[in-house]
Amino acid sequence: MTFLWFRTWQLGVKSLLLHPLRSLLTVLGIFIGTASVIWLLAIGEGISRKAQEQIESLGANNIIVRSIKPPSEVTEGMGRLLSYGILRNDYERLHETIPTVERILPIREMRRRFGFSSRMVDGRLVGCTPQYAEVTRLEVDRGRFISDGDLRDRHNYCVLAADLATRLFPFEDPIGRSVRVERDYYVVLGVMKPRAPSAGIGGSLAAQEFDNDVYIPITTLWNRIGDTVFTARSGSFEAEQIELSQITLRVDEVKNVLETADLVKETLERYHRIKDYGVTVPLELLEQARTTRLMFIIFMGLIAAISLLVGGIGIMNIMLATVTERTREIGIRRALGAKRGDIIRQFLVETIVLSTVGGITGVLGGLTVGPVLRLILAALEKTTPQVMAQLPEIIRTATPVIVPWSIPLAFGISVTIGIIFGLYPARRAAAMDPIEALRHE
Amino acid sequence: MTSAACVQDVTKEYRMDGGTVRALRGVSLEVPEGDYVAIMGPSGSGKSTLLNLLGCLDRPTSGRIMLGDKDVTRASDDQLSEIRASRIGFVFQSYNLIPQLTVLENIEVPLYYQGRFASDDRRRCLELAEMVGLSDRLKHRPTQLSGGQQQRVAIARSLANDPYFMLADEPTGNLDSVTAAEILELLVELNHNGKTIIMVTHETDIGRQAKRIIQLKDGMILEKE
Ligand SMILES: Nc1ncnc2c1ncn2[C@@H]1O[C@H](COP(=O)(O)OP(=O)(O)OP(=O)(O)O)[C@@H](O)[C@H]1O
Ligand SMILES: [Mg+2]
Repeated sequence: MTFLWFRTWQLGVKSLLLHPLRSLLTVLGIFIGTASVIWLLAIGEGISRKAQEQIESLGANNIIVRSIKPPSEVTEGMGRLLSYGILRNDYERLHETIPTVERILPIREMRRRFGFSSRMVDGRLVGCTPQYAEVTRLEVDRGRFISDGDLRDRHNYCVLAADLATRLFPFEDPIGRSVRVERDYYVVLGVMKPRAPSAGIGGSLAAQEFDNDVYIPITTLWNRIGDTVFTARSGSFEAEQIELSQITLRVDEVKNVLETADLVKETLERYHRIKDYGVTVPLELLEQARTTRLMFIIFMGLIAAISLLVGGIGIMNIMLATVTERTREIGIRRALGAKRGDIIRQFLVETIVLSTVGGITGVLGGLTVGPVLRLILAALEKTTPQVMAQLPEIIRTATPVIVPWSIPLAFGISVTIGIIFGLYPARRAAAMDPIEALRHE
Repeated sequence: MTSAACVQDVTKEYRMDGGTVRALRGVSLEVPEGDYVAIMGPSGSGKSTLLNLLGCLDRPTSGRIMLGDKDVTRASDDQLSEIRASRIGFVFQSYNLIPQLTVLENIEVPLYYQGRFASDDRRRCLELAEMVGLSDRLKHRPTQLSGGQQQRVAIARSLANDPYFMLADEPTGNLDSVTAAEILELLVELNHNGKTIIMVTHETDIGRQAKRIIQLKDGMILEKE
């Protein structure tokens, strides 16, 4: 019995090698299908992981409230001084009324130019509280961060982000020196470690970079700079009065996040006539990202399934042609004693060989997704940089992650496809009348 | 003497759109073991139809067919395949070797479908190849052989399973007269050694080499010699 199977396989391979190019092209169809299952799933997984990481970097426990400049038709006729955004009173109210809030940070930030001796560097001045570092996951490299005492006494102290520190102080040790911001001087307390930028996830939260930050106590900022910011715009001055740029709330437990977020929204709504703030809940985004990911996988799977289907149709096509071409051989074999089952087995073995070879090479091809995709992106970057620039950043930078279960899945599907699409031609071959098959020219 | 094949009042009808073709209309025939029968008759008289029935490639519309002591009249498709694999050897007019197989592999095919393959089977096939004078061409493909050589391979193949009888439908139809004579000589020799042979032929000269001739006309046997 095993010998017969061995002979059948041997014969199948032999028959396939009779038409090497034809067999190769058929295998190619299955190869592409199998590889694309692994590829598409790996790319999808890479992108969604990246998105998830970015959202997680905002903190699943956090709720972020930011001031948003209302659209100009709403602010029409409000005069020269545009006043909007979250208020210190909002901060107090949220601080006092919501028990599930574990930490609450008021933040005021603005673009500023920082100077030391003759060097000038553009950056972001961030007025914050001591908890800011912890909640935003910033770590001190040297020196120290702002303390409660600094906050209480409104000291002219500052802490620098790593990148800004090296640019402003390429030669000197910044700690203890004074950084100039407009007319004021701030003594450098410490330097932070570098941190990857957080996600731009649309809505009220653009991508944040922490490279060019200078942190000072928020009380000092209120004292020295105040709420009003003047910007020169096309000849005329524009003034904006904003009390807080952002409030970051950290909820005690993840299960309370959504409820707390509702409470925050309600509280703010009651005191704001216009929508001059936005509430971002990373957890919500995280859950959205999960559904998006599922959709993505389904979509990708669909594309892969179609390519496998095409591969399967290729197999069927070739096998039907082969069966017609070998009608006479089928007649001879039947006359010499082959049962219908023997004929089915013979042709099925051929399709299984085709699809297995396609499946194995397809899996190998699928595993190359990382390096090959890098090559493709690099080539695109070289030949059509403008097209590349238009691609979303997440697609340009995501590295594919091979999903382990996609390998047996892709292989299994390709072999199954081979059997399904090979069955019909094989049965057709077996159903032939031996006498007629023998007469076939 | 037991008979290799026994056909009793067999009819064969083909139903088609244009009506029914009665290819055989009551044929009775007994072929004892060791016989050499030539079936002759004009074209369309039903020679091939009768041979196909004897070869278990088809079933009669009515009547009875016995091969040895086995009634094959109502056998299933798989049973017919088994009988073909173990008891019948075919030789066709157009040789019908399998092109992708070598000479030796072609000879082995019937054994393969018998579901057995022992080392003495291989030896037997080699002997058969030698008997038909092709032991030096074992690894060749059919396309590398002449018509006569191909027919020799086919004869060797038909004997691989040690059949009850050999069925030959115009075995020399595609060959020149010299080669045809050689093939016929081989058949006579085989018959001499005890093989039962049933052969269909057009030519009286060829028919005379058999032990007896059966004349078919319009699906019926005319005379027996
Ligand atoms: N599959 C079939 N369907 C319909 N009619 C058939 C079929 N096979 C044979 N016949 C008819 O049966 C009759 C006998 O055919 P058969 O092939 O037995 O003749 P034959 O004696 O072998 O002729 P030839 O010497 O030309 O080979 C013919 O009239 C033929 O048309
Ligand atoms: Mg005929």
